[in-house]
Amino acid sequence: MSIYVDKDTKVIVQGITGSAGMDHSEQMLKYGTNIVGGVTPAKGGTTILGVPVFNTVEEAVKATGATVSIIYVPAPFAADAIMEATDAGLEMTICITEHIPITDMIKVKDYMKDKNTRLIGPNCPGVITADECKIGIMPGYIHKKGHIGVVSRSGTLTYEAVHQLSQAGYGQTTAVGIGGDPVNGTSFIDVLKEFNEDPETLAVMMIGEIGGTAEEQAARWVKENMTKPVAGFIGGATAPPGKRMGHAGAIISGGEGTAKEKKRVMAECGIKVAESPAKMGETMINLLKEKDLAEKCKTH
Amino acid sequence: MNIHEYQGKNILRQYGVNVPNGHVAYSIDEAVEYAKRIGSEVTVVKAQIHAGGRGKAGGVKVAHNLDEVRAYAKEILGKVLVTPQTGPEGKEVKRLLIEEGCNIDKEYYLGLVLDRNLSKIVLMGSEEGGMEIEEVAAETPEKIFKEVIDPAIGLTGFQARRLAFNLNFPNKVINKVANLMLNLYQAFIDKDCMVAEINPLVTTKEGNVLALDAKMNFDGNALYRQKDVLELRDLDEEDRNEIEASKYDLSYIQLDGDIGCMVNGAGLAMATMDIIKYEGGNPANFLDVGGDATPEKVAEAFKIILSDPKVKGILVNVFGGIMKCDYIAQGIIAATKQFDLKIPLVVRLEGTNVDIGKKLLNESGLNITAADSMGDGAKKIVNMVKETVKQK
Repeated sequence: MSIYVDKDTKVIVQGITGSAGMDHSEQMLKYGTNIVGGVTPAKGGTTILGVPVFNTVEEAVKATGATVSIIYVPAPFAADAIMEATDAGLEMTICITEHIPITDMIKVKDYMKDKNTRLIGPNCPGVITADECKIGIMPGYIHKKGHIGVVSRSGTLTYEAVHQLSQAGYGQTTAVGIGGDPVNGTSFIDVLKEFNEDPETLAVMMIGEIGGTAEEQAARWVKENMTKPVAGFIGGATAPPGKRMGHAGAIISGGEGTAKEKKRVMAECGIKVAESPAKMGETMINLLKEKDLAEKCKTH
Repeated sequence: MNIHEYQGKNILRQYGVNVPNGHVAYSIDEAVEYAKRIGSEVTVVKAQIHAGGRGKAGGVKVAHNLDEVRAYAKEILGKVLVTPQTGPEGKEVKRLLIEEGCNIDKEYYLGLVLDRNLSKIVLMGSEEGGMEIEEVAAETPEKIFKEVIDPAIGLTGFQARRLAFNLNFPNKVINKVANLMLNLYQAFIDKDCMVAEINPLVTTKEGNVLALDAKMNFDGNALYRQKDVLELRDLDEEDRNEIEASKYDLSYIQLDGDIGCMVNGAGLAMATMDIIKYEGGNPANFLDVGGDATPEKVAEAFKIILSDPKVKGILVNVFGGIMKCDYIAQGIIAATKQFDLKIPLVVRLEGTNVDIGKKLLNESGLNITAADSMGDGAKKIVNMVKETVKQK
């Protein structure tokens, strides 16, 4: 078990003929992801990397039975691509694209509100279930199969956390990057709920950063509902207020969104917070030992 | 992206929002000339910089005749204003707004912002005009009224009127105020704003409603479709290194420490700053080279880091997901040679082709210290920089 995706998940790639789409599709295929098609308007009927290309998502879904799409469409067209995936009735669409205008994302979220499609991202590294299915841009080899769920707003910081866990011998179930934008699809709480119900997942690593209050809300949810131990980290303790730190959502404004406050609320809600990003893995392992789960979670 | 107050007022004027008569002036003579043309009894001379808190810092003066306009223009132009938003180094005033004064009856606050929890735009108002909205929110949150805007419908008339009534505007100006709110929202949407704030919005003794200030901030991701807005960019107001970095698609923010960092990914870049501090050092910058760092981008990143004279050491922390480590190593070696690097350089590489990358660095014969992990890298650079400081 795992969450969201596994070896049977049928995936289509929106923007498969672009350079990013093509490179990453190749990597995903190598990892073993079941890519059944791609979509590029006006290139329907051709074949790329051995998979058929379709003109529309609707066509691709009808022909292949895909349930998940990944989006590598440039920012000006990405909002449209997300809505097209939603209209086609996909279970989930994962948007890697960065720099989508905020007003576009506000409209997209409004469009999706009564529909059944889950959006992951945008501006995220994607989702990976170790050894089964990689839908994203993360380096596959660092992920080892195991029992720790990972959820994060940042790409490379997720790789860092996963790497620390794998090196110490603690594999993961699924790693989900929810993205660094202020308006995104899936929240920390959505992912935590899934991990809470997944029998394979025994503990969760939650990685946040400055800006907004999503981490505080997630921490309060954890306190009320989570039956599994959670460790975490917040990036940006040294970030100056009022400055956007690379991610559109990573900004302290009006005194809100500081790392200090997030860490305080997380600790108050029973989440073990790593003080240094080099100790994310260690913090998780200590927590597992405390909860008598270390042996169960040690995978290699 | 930020713009000046006078530019914001020009946009508001185009959308039918009442603003005082005014003009931008770049010199003392221009200031006097425009004051003469406006011909009002009272003229306001306002410093134009991209920061709030100008009034308290002496950047806003009320003149009663042209001699006073001249005196104030002379005083403010070229002055370095230090406000809580400029940082201690302050900002030099290069432009003035010359504006007609008005008979203020009462001041209000009005602002459109993104509510991240709702993923919607919210119109906020308060009767505490002139005060920072964060201050009002902290001290008297009951004085802030909000209207959440439906993304498909936009701000509606009844919402605008409700907010106007909640703020206790007199009945005779309710419609004027509601229209102003609707126009402000239209400007916000058309121009892809992140923030549009009028503080204060005033009623005058003559029964007018006027925007006495305008703060507009635009979504950087939408500038590709906002050519008019992009033309309003004032590079003098932005950090030179940040501009240079943006040309190469690098994300850079200067801090005041002495350890430069070059990292891929925003989250890891923030975490790298944090770990330098955790290990007892001080980061000199935030720098995200992005997912597709070419050797040219790496060289540019080094150039920008090294242009900060405070930098006494550099930590490179790259977790190559998309990027290949050998490629990054080549970029680092080339940049080290090109800039004849004299300060300590610690490199931590992880990810695709990491072994080839490390080998390249080791065999380069250059003074590059390899690190096995993020923690190891941070410890090494902090110690090395401490040593060099001690030696001096």
